[in-house]
Amino acid sequence: MKFVDEYRKKDLILSIAEKLKAISTKELVLMEVCGGHTMAIHRFGLHSLLPSNIHLISGPGCPVCVSGQHFIDTAMAYSKLPGVIITTYGDLIRVPGSYTSLEKERANGSDIRIVYSVLESLEIAKNNPDKKVVFLGIGFETTAPATAAAILQAKKENIPNFFVLSAHKVMPPVMKALVEEGVKIDGFIAPGHVSAITGTAIFDELASVCGLGVVVSGFEPVDMMQAILMLVIQIESGKQRVEVQYQRVVHPEGNKTAQRMMEEVFELRDDQWRGLGMIPKSGLKIREELKAFDAAIQFNVEVPASTEPKGCICGQILRGLKTPIDCPLFGKKCTPSNPVGACMVSGEGTCATYYKYRV
Amino acid sequence: MKNSEDKIMLGHGSGGQLMHQLIEEVFIRHFDNPILKEQTDAAILTTGSEQIAFTTDSFVIDPLFFPGGNIGKLSVCGTVNDLAVSGAEPLYLSVSMIIEEGFPIKDLETIVSSLAAEAKNAGVLIVTGDTKVVNKGKCDKLFINTAGIGRIKKENLPISKALNILPGDVIIINGTIGDHGMAVMNARESFNFKTTVESDCASLNHLIRNLLDNSTVKFMRDPTRGGVASVLNELVQKIKLGIEIEEAALPIDRGVKAMCEVLGFDPLHIANEGKVLIVASETEGLKILEQLKTHELGKNSAIIGRVVSDFPGKVVLKNETGGRRIIDTLSGDQLPRIC
Repeated sequence: MKFVDEYRKKDLILSIAEKLKAISTKELVLMEVCGGHTMAIHRFGLHSLLPSNIHLISGPGCPVCVSGQHFIDTAMAYSKLPGVIITTYGDLIRVPGSYTSLEKERANGSDIRIVYSVLESLEIAKNNPDKKVVFLGIGFETTAPATAAAILQAKKENIPNFFVLSAHKVMPPVMKALVEEGVKIDGFIAPGHVSAITGTAIFDELASVCGLGVVVSGFEPVDMMQAILMLVIQIESGKQRVEVQYQRVVHPEGNKTAQRMMEEVFELRDDQWRGLGMIPKSGLKIREELKAFDAAIQFNVEVPASTEPKGCICGQILRGLKTPIDCPLFGKKCTPSNPVGACMVSGEGTCATYYKYRV
Repeated sequence: MKNSEDKIMLGHGSGGQLMHQLIEEVFIRHFDNPILKEQTDAAILTTGSEQIAFTTDSFVIDPLFFPGGNIGKLSVCGTVNDLAVSGAEPLYLSVSMIIEEGFPIKDLETIVSSLAAEAKNAGVLIVTGDTKVVNKGKCDKLFINTAGIGRIKKENLPISKALNILPGDVIIINGTIGDHGMAVMNARESFNFKTTVESDCASLNHLIRNLLDNSTVKFMRDPTRGGVASVLNELVQKIKLGIEIEEAALPIDRGVKAMCEVLGFDPLHIANEGKVLIVASETEGLKILEQLKTHELGKNSAIIGRVVSDFPGKVVLKNETGGRRIIDTLSGDQLPRIC
């Protein structure tokens, strides 16, 4: 398959592995921030190809995993309102809230539909003018522009029954928060598709102020091995900076049109990250001018205080402090068919990835 | 089930872990008997000195018409294949229809004529049936149930029981995986992939009979819902050995591969309707592979892996760079990735 096969070439992967072994001398901790990277590392068994002094830890880059429990509980409360259709990306459907999950509420009769694009949700709103259609907006700078585009489209076409519950988040503040909290990280394998939208300047501070290596990586095994090699070269030579491995997709300036749309629709707010707590200016709120589309403003529901599951160490896993194997619930009480914490639900969650791929 | 509040979710019908749990905790618990407990594709019954295989299957596919077939053809293939992979020769079928008020008779006729054509092709007779009509909105257009009976020779009895499977035995499949699931998904959802992917929906009884007459098969199963992953996981649980699949050996259509890449699906979890997984010793396996390749429904057959003594109870995929990962059964609905 074009654009895939050439990035999965065995010889190329193994030759990068050889090079890594030859030049890497220091004990290094590299964090892959994005859930897509975590999956790729395990799917292609990249751990087994790295020298033992290079340690990969997973970061907080699975949007489903970091969405606060309150968001899920709010969505559930909306789903019980008469005349409401909830539309969501598939990953959210099984996430356990404090009391129930969307999947269970669907079985209880709520109208909850999986969409593959927010624009499908807009279509559902057009086709059901007597219903209120709520889209659960989740994800980082990758999915936020699409949500922004849908809101702008709804405004343009004057669709009064389309609403978004935004749990959109942005990446740089959480990366910085982890470093400031003292998590030992020597370099970041930075998210490829976030950077395609934002450009690379968002990581400058991590390199210049915190002195960390940052390489924006693609998602195929050759991409990731090359990104790791670039980080090792940076750190071994003491020249930490922001580099782009994923050049076929990421332009240093990013996608200006997408940035403009995000800017027009959203403003930054302090936001709750599941397991990590409140992080300043890390979430995206729909602007006042567009509040007609903001479900959080247009729907008045009582959401009981959220409770985190007992014994779950998702928070520490999301900080890269522990691995799923350290969790007493992992593989026992908490499995993909019966997830306790969010990291087990999403296909990109660290726990689900470990469960699935660790032989 | 765990508590009285629990309800049936879509995941309970996906062929994965939730469904197995439901079968164990509700159906087997109430129906418990030694024949059912075997949990084979078809029940093996003894009448006098003869053994017969008996099976049933319901079809609720949406859309009713899809590239490569329709619900009529599918409801013959599904039941015929359940009998054939049990080592039986399919003979008779029943067909029951649950039809929604307002369903076009023209469409019904198209579906019934496909049913008849596929029955003729498979060499089975439809000998009994039932028709129910329900109020509009009380079922989605048309549901079909078929049941089937076949004769099974004594020497083929062990096939569904997965006896005598040893490390070193090979796993064979008769062609590309995931075609049915992706063809249906593309027809149903609004992806608009420009692809020629068609369902592999086909009756396998002639292909299988040819094999059974000429070689020794240790185990067979059709990887329908839950895909190849589901069948192999059930098998490793039973035989207490492991299975190692070679990623590079898996026959996958380019279109299916591309759709799976885009949507984040694993082709090993996607449904097939004209495929059979076969376990045989290495020597017999090579013979079987040659025979399969001479048949229209086996042109793309391949040995995809082996039974191993490492990691008992697990199915492991070895990729080209030597990395290994577990192939688990699905735990609920197949979920797409979101970023």
